[in-house]
Amino acid sequence: MKFGVVIFPGSNCDRDMMDALRHDLGQEVIPLWHKDKDIDSFRTEDCIVLPGGFSYGDYLRCGAIARFSPMMQSVIDFANKGGKVLGICNGFQILCESGLLPGVLLRNENRQFVCKNIHLISDNDTTLLTKDITGKVLRIPVAHGEGRYYADNETLDNLYKNKQILFHYCNEYGEQKGKINPNGSLRNIAGICNRRKNVFGMMPHPERATSIALGNTDGRLILQGLMQRAEVPA
Amino acid sequence: MTFTALINIMPLKELLDPQGKAVMGGLKNLGMGNVQDVRIGKHITLKIEAVDKESAKKIAEEACQKLLANPVMEYFEVSIE
Repeated sequence: MKFGVVIFPGSNCDRDMMDALRHDLGQEVIPLWHKDKDIDSFRTEDCIVLPGGFSYGDYLRCGAIARFSPMMQSVIDFANKGGKVLGICNGFQILCESGLLPGVLLRNENRQFVCKNIHLISDNDTTLLTKDITGKVLRIPVAHGEGRYYADNETLDNLYKNKQILFHYCNEYGEQKGKINPNGSLRNIAGICNRRKNVFGMMPHPERATSIALGNTDGRLILQGLMQRAEVPA
Repeated sequence: MTFTALINIMPLKELLDPQGKAVMGGLKNLGMGNVQDVRIGKHITLKIEAVDKESAKKIAEEACQKLLANPVMEYFEVSIE
């Protein structure tokens, strides 16, 4: 399998992501330019990553303009065919704007840009990304000003019913107690997937935690999940 | 004919608007205690070539639905001049 990393004008985590996948996880990575649209060499077992950053300067709304780039049309088709797509931070915002994931990411409740390590936990054994790490507390950096996940109650209830929640923010013991939520996101949601479980979005940055030299390799555990073959229902 | 569409895009009423809240705090500090609430949105103008006012409005509304506003978090109002 291989990975593709899309580069939009204003992406700034594309190099980190490529470096993490190539050097820390030993994967083949192909950079994908936003103006191109040829991804014919990608099969559904492959994975396309939308990296973090400030695509198109976050103009209008985060991710709103990236969603109409030529490459995104191909990525949307790829996702609809069952291909794996991961959006980190701004990539998560783009996935929500493009309708591949429900809901939206709003300005942080405390109005601040948060840049720090937080803790995450998953109890979801039904997705590739999380099934091997359920119950494990992961320490992963966040860096965003607009990460407050919001959707109406009906959408939220459906996300839980269909097991589409990937991660919740938690404390170092894995409990959702105290000041654990960096942005005010509803129900402490840090990441979700689509109903078919081939499109994943999360605010924290696993690609910034894959190297022993950087003192944290918890991010590897998340990205490794994508290297498995998806058992996606057609 | 060329028309101008005046578009207001506002955060949904049930949503917290942190920007409005921050400005509200500023106004309070200025001693403007009469101000009860602040909501901040966007104002967008479009120059539109269309046969009449009605079709100009339709074009502006389509632009709002497809790109300018996100119905999960915002609502919009269009007027044509």
